[in-house]
Amino acid sequence: MAKLAKSPWLLHYDASSCNGCDIEVLDCTTPRYDIERFGIINTGDPFQADILLITGGINNQCESVVRQLYSQMPDPKVVVAVGICACTGGVFKDCYNIKGGVDTVIPVDVYVPGCAARPQAIIDGVVKALEILEQKREAYSEKQEQKGRA
Amino acid sequence: MAKQSIVPFGPQHPVLPEPIHLDLVLEDEVVVKAVPSIGFVHRGLEKLVETKDYKDYVYIAERVCGICSFGHGMGYCQCLEKIMNIEIPRRAAYLRTIWVEMSRVHSHLLWLGLLADAMGFESLFMQCWRLREKILDMFDATTGGRIIFSVNCVGGVLKDMDTGMLLKIVDTVNEMEKELRPIAEAFLRDLSVGTRLHGLGILKPDQARLMGAVGPMLRASGVAYDTRLLGYAAYNDLDFEPITAAEGDSFARCEVRIHEIYQSFSLIRQAVEKIPEGPICVPVKGNPNGEHFMRIEQPRGEAIYYVKANGTKFVERFRLRTPTTNNIPPMLDMLKGCQLADVPLLILTIDPCISCTER
Repeated sequence: MAKLAKSPWLLHYDASSCNGCDIEVLDCTTPRYDIERFGIINTGDPFQADILLITGGINNQCESVVRQLYSQMPDPKVVVAVGICACTGGVFKDCYNIKGGVDTVIPVDVYVPGCAARPQAIIDGVVKALEILEQKREAYSEKQEQKGRA
Repeated sequence: MAKQSIVPFGPQHPVLPEPIHLDLVLEDEVVVKAVPSIGFVHRGLEKLVETKDYKDYVYIAERVCGICSFGHGMGYCQCLEKIMNIEIPRRAAYLRTIWVEMSRVHSHLLWLGLLADAMGFESLFMQCWRLREKILDMFDATTGGRIIFSVNCVGGVLKDMDTGMLLKIVDTVNEMEKELRPIAEAFLRDLSVGTRLHGLGILKPDQARLMGAVGPMLRASGVAYDTRLLGYAAYNDLDFEPITAAEGDSFARCEVRIHEIYQSFSLIRQAVEKIPEGPICVPVKGNPNGEHFMRIEQPRGEAIYYVKANGTKFVERFRLRTPTTNNIPPMLDMLKGCQLADVPLLILTIDPCISCTER
């Protein structure tokens, strides 16, 4: 795991999941799995979040909400799709109201499969996301520096 | 009269694990009206029944909701068993009862945690969820899944438990009962919790009836209504009484749910004691033809399942009415006249399950 420059904050949104992955995501923040040991705090505010955890596929109504949440988050940011529904649409792929996975709407960095995704898998996904976040942050600050010089 | 303003609540909100949107019409800080809009988690999985084999659809039915997953699968299977005149083995009925009661414990503990979280009582939230892990471990040991475990099938269940496993369940339940006591004490005796919950969102019995409230919500208003008394699965062999409270406020709802956890512990113990030996599944041949209607007591209240089959392997219609659908109208009624700061807590006290409601 890369050394972290700061504590990443996490935002969780249920796109159209069955709730199974959501409670596992919440479970990750409780004593048994304790994702907070990586300095992560589960926040409800997109303006302060670095990692977006999305569960469930995309339907017509939540599409705009997901877009909005993503646009509200400051750069650099990473998106983790939790559960097979968020990855591809899963068992609900054939439903009339499901467009597909989260990547049909916003770019996804890490895919965590499983139905429901186990907390261990979610933590693994988040740790991978932290590395990507660190890379993105470096690239982002370089870009800002170049901008400043120009 | 004060000027009215509208505050949007949700779909993404810190206290809500699931998306629901409410437009709150406020006069100063007091809510005058709440207008809900739903559909954020609608997938349309009732329609899938037309394209899936009726035996495969069990897996979809279990994914209606991740919290009461086992119950949904059971409701669907029971409907088909009635249509096809299948008598499931008693052992299967008992196993279903054990799993469904374990689901109730896990669901209520989850809710207690969320309630504590909504009040800002973080350590209590952590304690509830820590305790809940024990039940999830038992699910993992008996079925191989923590949340969605797909052990139901038309004609019985897919996995058996041996005596050692059943005894282990009783041990876990006994241990949990001991550990639940201080947590329950915090909810029921703590001064700050009491101040926050007492007298909040009172629902009178006739009003609850009129608005169609179900489950712990209705029982907290003093109406002893529990569909488990119908005696499906193994409930007719087990001894229990519906738990009620008289006040009908948020504290009563909390109290009812806590006592229901103890009741579920007792039901699990009784079921383990009485479980007969025998097969767990009967072979199912042919396709269903006919219709049936079934009621089941889910952790959140009465759920209604309806299946209509036409003699082919594809079922014509599957309809599910979930408890939260019924509990939303009384919730909107309760929100009238409450403070804006109490809204998240009041929404939580009905134990909303949005993915059930919208499917």
